[in-house]
Amino acid sequence: MAQRKSKIKVLLAQFPLESHNRGIITVAGMLKDAGMEVVLIGNDLPERIIETAIQEDADVVGISTYCGGELALGADLMKSAAEKGIKESTVFLLGGIFPPHNMARLKELGFSATFLAADRAEIVSCIQKAVAEKKSSAQSGAA
Amino acid sequence: MICPGGVVYNLICLSPTVIVVRAKIETKMGLTKKILAGDVSAAARLISGLEDETPDALDEMSHLYPHTGKAYVVGITGSPGAGKSTLTSNLIGHFRTQAMTVGVIAVDPTSAFTGGAILGDRIRMQEHGADKGVFIRSLATRGWVGGLARATLGVIRVMDALGKDIILVETVGSGQIEIDITRAADSTVVVLMPGAGDEIQMMKAGILEAADIFVINKADRGGADALKTNLETMLMMKTQSAGTWQPGIVLTEAIYDRGTVELAAEIFRHREHLTAHGELAKRRKARVKLELMETLESYLKDYIHDIDKGDYLENFVDALSEGKTDPLSATREITSRLAGDLCRRHDDK
Repeated sequence: MAQRKSKIKVLLAQFPLESHNRGIITVAGMLKDAGMEVVLIGNDLPERIIETAIQEDADVVGISTYCGGELALGADLMKSAAEKGIKESTVFLLGGIFPPHNMARLKELGFSATFLAADRAEIVSCIQKAVAEKKSSAQSGAA
Repeated sequence: MICPGGVVYNLICLSPTVIVVRAKIETKMGLTKKILAGDVSAAARLISGLEDETPDALDEMSHLYPHTGKAYVVGITGSPGAGKSTLTSNLIGHFRTQAMTVGVIAVDPTSAFTGGAILGDRIRMQEHGADKGVFIRSLATRGWVGGLARATLGVIRVMDALGKDIILVETVGSGQIEIDITRAADSTVVVLMPGAGDEIQMMKAGILEAADIFVINKADRGGADALKTNLETMLMMKTQSAGTWQPGIVLTEAIYDRGTVELAAEIFRHREHLTAHGELAKRRKARVKLELMETLESYLKDYIHDIDKGDYLENFVDALSEGKTDPLSATREITSRLAGDLCRRHDDK
């Protein structure tokens, strides 16, 4: 039977205390222009971001960060994702302004990629690649 | 592709170069059982399947269907920026205080240029995001016109099976001809705001004719009273017969949560009217017919796509190019073959 095209669905959010939103809006526009469906929810708590990702069946959760706390809140986000069973099936990304030496720790927590300053092509291709990898590992995992 | 454990994966082409495996859909009523038990992630996955129109998701709907028909569906429509999402959020809050569970379907447009979409309704409703009695899902129109996403009727069924008492369907920002919502909803609320046109706009054909309830939002702005007068005049000009519903007009200031209680009361007054006059059953019958037509179309479309394999169609194209046949005659020949294929397939099942 004929299969139709699917779309990558991205949830974009910020942790509670963020007040800058130019970055998240710019990235949302980039991803829309790359043909993705972007759910924009603004500021929210880690466990509520995860609950939203489940309801929206998002392939990707992207966090925009500027005011710090990315390690503590990122850890909460991953803990909640693991508890709700979506950590392995979802791509987690984080971008914004944060100390570069935190990148390694963020990866350990489970973020597929982190961005300081990145251009559109870099973000879009990273998402496409990471989503394809998650899906193929899910497939081989169950087979 | 069928894998051990009865799990079917759908290989779907994401772009000409990237192939991903989208939403694994469990078969044999797996999802339906989970959804009936209140499993949100099962409902979310089935909705994705409906958006993608995967055969598995459509199959699953056969199991789900008998468990639906209990929820009351309210449509919220109006022009972009009129305040639909904020009003929806207020209504969620109000219905929750009445111990009702709420499903929300928030539709936003897909770009005709890139195929992407910004689904930004939810940002106004996020205060209810963690409430277990609320399920919010954003949908992109994906080329479907009429103000809704193609999957909307199916998504209403899924939320109904999940046990939501009230389902709010927010359309894309629309104003004139996007009237699909009136066929999907039991009650349709049209949200207007002051300063968006005179009485000639009011008289035009379209969504205003179909409204069950009018909301004048941003009522603190100048011109709200004039708009109300224009609306009342328009409604008076309509021919009325006994027992006809007279649409109410509710003034709201959504950003301050003013007028919410009155709007909810008007929705319930409409529901009582529909029930008392046998209109609710009529509306639902019309919706079921629409669902049947959409399912039929979607089902047949799959076979039409299948036809374009090998050189079957090429032979017709050659004959057309050489002037040996015409599109209608070719179509008749193709559909008689399709009919045969469909019969054989059903016999196999």
